[in-house]
Amino acid sequence: MSEKVLQMNNIMKIYPNGVVAVEDVTFELEKGEIHALLGENGAGKSTLMKVLFGIESPEQGKIILNGTETTIKSPQDAIKKGIGMVHQHFMLVPSLTVAENIVLGTEPKKSGMFIDMEKAVELSQQIAEKYNFDVDVREKVEELPVGIKQKVEILKALYRGADILILDEPTAVLTPQETDELFIQLKKLREAGHTIIFISHKLDEIKEICDRATIMRNGKSKGTHLVKDISTTQMSRLMVGRDVVLTFDKKPLDLKETVLKVRNLCVAGSTGVKRVNNLSFDLKAGEIFGIAGVEGNGQGHLVEVLTGLSKKYMGEISVFGMEAKKHSIKEIRELGMAHIPEDRMTLGCAKNMNIMDNMFSNQYDNPEYSGKVMLKSKKIEKRVNELIKEYLVKCKSYKQNVGMLSGGNIQKVVVAREFSTNPKIIIANQPTRGIDVGAAAFIRQRIIEFREAGSAIILISADLNEILELSDRLAVIYKGQFAGVFNDVKNVTEGELGEYMLGIKKDDKLEGIIYEQ
Amino acid sequence: MNSNTKFNVLRTVLSVGIALLISFGIIFLTSKEPVNAIVQLLTGPLQSQRRFGNVIEAMIPLIFTGVGVSIMFAANEINLAGEGAFHLGGLVATYVALNTTLPSGISPLACILAAGFFGAMVTTVPAVLKIKTESDVLVSSLMMNYLILYFANYVLSNFLRDPSAGAVVSFAVPQTTQLGTIFAGTRIHIGLFIALAVAVFGYIFMFKTRTGYELRLTGENRSFARYSGINVVKITLISQLLGGFIFGIGGGVELLGMYNRFTWTSQLGYGWDAIIITTLAKKNPLYVPFAAFFLAYLRTGASIMARSTDVVTEIVTITQGIIILLVVAEQFLSKYKHKMIAKEAKATLTNETEGE
Amino acid sequence: MIFEAIISPEFFNATLRATTPILFAALASAVASKSGITNMALEGIMLFSALFGVIFSAAFQSAWMGLLVTMIIGGFIGFFLAFFVLRLKTDQILAAIAINLIANGATILILLAVSGDRGVSSSIQSLQIPRVAIPVIENIPFLGRVISNQNILTYISLIMVVVVHMFLYKTPLGLRIRAVGENKDAAESVGISSKKVQYISLIISGVLASIGGFFLSGGYLTYFTTGMSAGRGFIALAAASMGGNTPIGAFLVSILFGAAQALANILQLGSWPYELIQMLPYFTTLLGLGIYSYIRMKKRQRLTGK
Repeated sequence: MSEKVLQMNNIMKIYPNGVVAVEDVTFELEKGEIHALLGENGAGKSTLMKVLFGIESPEQGKIILNGTETTIKSPQDAIKKGIGMVHQHFMLVPSLTVAENIVLGTEPKKSGMFIDMEKAVELSQQIAEKYNFDVDVREKVEELPVGIKQKVEILKALYRGADILILDEPTAVLTPQETDELFIQLKKLREAGHTIIFISHKLDEIKEICDRATIMRNGKSKGTHLVKDISTTQMSRLMVGRDVVLTFDKKPLDLKETVLKVRNLCVAGSTGVKRVNNLSFDLKAGEIFGIAGVEGNGQGHLVEVLTGLSKKYMGEISVFGMEAKKHSIKEIRELGMAHIPEDRMTLGCAKNMNIMDNMFSNQYDNPEYSGKVMLKSKKIEKRVNELIKEYLVKCKSYKQNVGMLSGGNIQKVVVAREFSTNPKIIIANQPTRGIDVGAAAFIRQRIIEFREAGSAIILISADLNEILELSDRLAVIYKGQFAGVFNDVKNVTEGELGEYMLGIKKDDKLEGIIYEQ
Repeated sequence: MNSNTKFNVLRTVLSVGIALLISFGIIFLTSKEPVNAIVQLLTGPLQSQRRFGNVIEAMIPLIFTGVGVSIMFAANEINLAGEGAFHLGGLVATYVALNTTLPSGISPLACILAAGFFGAMVTTVPAVLKIKTESDVLVSSLMMNYLILYFANYVLSNFLRDPSAGAVVSFAVPQTTQLGTIFAGTRIHIGLFIALAVAVFGYIFMFKTRTGYELRLTGENRSFARYSGINVVKITLISQLLGGFIFGIGGGVELLGMYNRFTWTSQLGYGWDAIIITTLAKKNPLYVPFAAFFLAYLRTGASIMARSTDVVTEIVTITQGIIILLVVAEQFLSKYKHKMIAKEAKATLTNETEGE
Repeated sequence: MIFEAIISPEFFNATLRATTPILFAALASAVASKSGITNMALEGIMLFSALFGVIFSAAFQSAWMGLLVTMIIGGFIGFFLAFFVLRLKTDQILAAIAINLIANGATILILLAVSGDRGVSSSIQSLQIPRVAIPVIENIPFLGRVISNQNILTYISLIMVVVVHMFLYKTPLGLRIRAVGENKDAAESVGISSKKVQYISLIISGVLASIGGFFLSGGYLTYFTTGMSAGRGFIALAAASMGGNTPIGAFLVSILFGAAQALANILQLGSWPYELIQMLPYFTTLLGLGIYSYIRMKKRQRLTGK
């Protein structure tokens, strides 16, 4: 048994809003290993790492670093103690050179006041050479490809003397070639005696590079395993699972006309990589079509183009036979589309405006509520009050600012607004994320009611419970493509689902994803 | 009234109070007769009908600028070209008055509408520049103001100048085009009604019309507005056009009501006054006349004070600056605000549990 | 006749003179902008400094002491702005507008209290930073008449371009300022306090702008008049912005404005309409800003692949 460099014992972290993000988790690192920290979004792995990096302080638990108990007060403190973190969003200054970024904060000086740039370059070069990183330290960061930027981040941590390196989903932004290169580097770092925490949910990558893996689910640890002794299937079962099974009463499926037809859809991300890659599917009135998948596999880009927020796509999106590209967001809404956005605070509401203003933003030009020029305030007020009642929004009156409400109530305002038009197509992206159980159950119930009334619903959710119970048909999205399709959702196990979500299995036929050619 | 509004009112009142106290302090430091000066400042405008008239006269242009900037800022654009729009409005009104012969009822109307039209052009330039090139509206709008100033000087001395007058001023605007006074013994003119109408219009526009709703939504959260189907570029443009229009007619009304010749050869500062008014009025046009009255009262009081004591009117500019600083300082009194909100949240919580 | 005037050494000499105050303020703006804050209070700081320069040079009977005290006050105003923006979370533009308003009022108030006049400071025996002839250079044909016999502050402004450049690009603090302005999180992640850096930047910005203000009444002219900054702070803001907020860029654009100003001074002697010529610096700014922003926008669009 080799030496333990880090022990985090019985860590508990409760956020001020009462959410228990990490519950009694014990996590240990051995010197010179690459240790995978595995779990779905919201499983608590980020919180655990924030505790380790001094961003959050735990309510309970001990941190033992190199044999001595310690508290980590801030990221600076963590850096001092030899812990480095490479964030998913790079902490780099684009217009500075690689060397400048590396020495920032601890610049070598000459003649008392100037930066010794030669020295900075030399030191950076040295550290890059030591670990065989092929980086030109004189180049400006903004001109570098993503893969190199990440190397710079790792070099930054190494320059500050990091023995333990936390890499937060390092391959999420990389091309396969860059990933291969990163792995070679990581192996070299391991040989040099560094210990690496590799946060990921990509099982093949973990298999390839990690020695041990700790799996988290719902804030709890599901154990630490030697990677060579555990199969990807076993890992996926530990990671993806339901703790409680919800049940809803649903009437038998009654499919009607096709309302949405998507063919060969491709959407490029900001770096030019295809985030949605050749997707085709149909959606019929009367069904809930679930799209499961680990976050960041193209769901966001798919929703953007389906709802008209972005027109930058190739392929075909036909909403009631109309090409989405040729219509404004408003026109698409007028065709009968509603959209529950993933992030309710940036897209879903204006927090400094009152409930009423937030509740009719999709209807302010409906002749029932507005003349050509003037709004019909009385009618709007009446309608908003009805909606508040119907959706059980807890507030003093419609005059209260939305920002003053709880998350669940804000989400109810969003849902009430989106459902108030009797939409024919509902795109629900994480409709119950981060809200209390009561509000979540309420919103799910409303979604089922709309299905029964003949609306078509696309449900995108990270909550397996929700997606398995509500969906009539279920597809799994992985790297922008559908990896599998289930027409009989009742008989799908979460284990099976997990294997598709994590890319272990892939179904090329995708039977039932489209109804007619 | 919820705790947030309550707090805002409280903070505004306190800020004004503190600013006045600081100003009194300065008066005590610099004046030989501080008490008399302060009394003149505070009660001077009430001492005669004419003086109170001065307050109302000064209030009229301030209302236009306050409403104009409230509408422009509602789109979350710091467009300061209102100054130029107002100035050009005055020039255009003079130009039209001197170069057309229209019946007496129609003439002022034509002048004012033309002033508004050109005012709208002024504030739209920075907005369009931003849409087309992403230029900073702040800088481009400031440059517009100087361009307008010298352009107006050019037009004045080359096309409108009355050579028989000693100073650089335009020919006199015909009597039929001037706005009549409405209270004998003062110079309060019909412009007062126009200004109040504009304030009411501004309120209705912002809070009762479709476009106003779109504008508020766009200003508060542009992404949300776009998601809701609003054409945010169009709405931003409309707000800059409309704001400039109001500044423009403000300039026209001020000229036809208070001057009989175009005499403006330096910046008047109405663009800056607009900022304090909209700050005090919380971007609500309905509160603008009150804020304008406050500022006009203070100014009139200050000029009375300056005439009868050794304190200069500019003390008001300092007061104005301090008020802006304190009213917009989010953290000023923030501890108190936090307490108030926490109390309200607790109350809401208890209500909720009782309701369940 | 105009062409002759433009190619004369006197024109270039006048250009440098007119550039000086704008250049100081543009450098001030560049430092603040690099740290991520728009310092629109430059206008007010310049106005204050023009007055304090007169008062304190007279009080100490030394132009240099006057300059020193003015610089300290300028730094303090920078700190004051930083305090409101960083500590009290005031909108930076509104805070600056407030400072400018206060400057408008307070300068008149103070002038009256000190000199008894509310328009001009001519009753105060203030001192100026002198002009100097540079030996050797003054004998170079043409160039000598351009460069030599300028105010010492003009030379200092040119030196400051280099100094500020060195400061921003060669010192640890300069590096940190740029890091904070561009990516605050990145700077914070390596233990840099962004607030501290922004405080320092605004203080430096205040000091630089105050030298520009001092020059107005202690070199360019020999007395203070109310409102004498005349929008130079705003022009400087534009100049720095168009110069990409780099000292060298700010210098080049400031020269352009100085030239426009000097040209306006020459052209008014000719048959050209004086007022239209006065529009020249502002029109140049507006046009330049548009072109500069457009190029920047296209570049950004290319980078993000949109």
